[in-house]
Amino acid sequence: MSRWLIVPFLLCAAASVHALEYEAKLSIKDHKFDPAELSVPANTKIKLLVQNLDATPEEFESSDLNREKVVTGNNTITVMLGPLDAGKYHFFGDFHQETAQGDLVVK
Amino acid sequence: MLGTGILVFREVLEAALIVSIVFAATRGVAHRGRWVGLGIVAGVIGAIVVAFFADAIAQAVSGIGQELFNATVLLAAVVMIAWHAIWMSSHGRELATQMKAVGSDVSSGSRPLSALLIVVAIAVLREGSEIVLFLYGQAASGAGPLAIAGGIALGVACGVAVGFLLYFGLLGIPMRYFFSATNWLMLLLAAGLASQAAGFLIQADVLPAFGNRVWDSSFILTNTSLLGKTLHTLIGYDAQPAGMQLLFYVVTAVAIAIGMKVWGGSKPAQRRAPHAHA
Repeated sequence: MSRWLIVPFLLCAAASVHALEYEAKLSIKDHKFDPAELSVPANTKIKLLVQNLDATPEEFESSDLNREKVVTGNNTITVMLGPLDAGKYHFFGDFHQETAQGDLVVK
Repeated sequence: MLGTGILVFREVLEAALIVSIVFAATRGVAHRGRWVGLGIVAGVIGAIVVAFFADAIAQAVSGIGQELFNATVLLAAVVMIAWHAIWMSSHGRELATQMKAVGSDVSSGSRPLSALLIVVAIAVLREGSEIVLFLYGQAASGAGPLAIAGGIALGVACGVAVGFLLYFGLLGIPMRYFFSATNWLMLLLAAGLASQAAGFLIQADVLPAFGNRVWDSSFILTNTSLLGKTLHTLIGYDAQPAGMQLLFYVVTAVAIAIGMKVWGGSKPAQRRAPHAHA
């Protein structure tokens, strides 16, 4: 009986081997995202690095992606996403919404 | 100044709504202003400390410190609200009767007011630390002290005004239903906070999402709109919730409701007591 307990762990291990991560990078400069439109593959786990090149803090936020994370000045944060369905997901910098706007294009 | 004021307002609003519900739920308790005030002061100090250590928190636990911190304080608030709501469900009716009889404030007794102090402090700390970081950025990019002070004043004044509006609105509820109403509000508040905590744990990749978005109601009401934000705080509205968030929401709501039923128990004898008019 107890040996069956190992099955879920094996399944998890197998799943984690198959779920390859795709690393994407986004930077913030002068309170703008670069690139403002970032393309990533669908149905893949995404490791999004957000690098803040400004000296001031920013908050990476997206209701489409259900994410919010503060990135302080001259620092980088990691935001895990997905696997996502194909489509366009809007994100913005909460502290500078006039300029900090961008989209994640999943295809 | 207006831009600063708008951001400050959005953050203050969320904290103010929570403080209003807590203030309503402690109606009739002597010295409750002191408790709530203490919670606000503790929250402001905490916000400054958290903002100051934002770097360290973000880098902690291999980069998921921020998510774990947020999830932890949110879940702590959930536990405190649950404790108070369950306690009130067993004592609320006698409290209301007592208030009517004495016609004045009652002493808090064994009531877990410290739990609500923590809830207030956490609400202020979470929103406040974002304000501090934002204002630091404004100051660093050369915004004048007058513009910043004006923005803070404007944002805080508007946020607090909405809080008062909610509070006085709640006072309109007849005394008979008042504490069960605030108790249900607290239950929904706790469920919403639990769902937010789940969101952070998904973001940290600690928990699976169980579906990134179970539905999308953003065409009706977005999370970022004023009403969306208000409902987000009050009842945990989310236009694009993940499955795990819904699970946290439902489990929290059901657990508190069961706790209120089991320990609170409806006292039919008291409910049938005649001539309860004021």
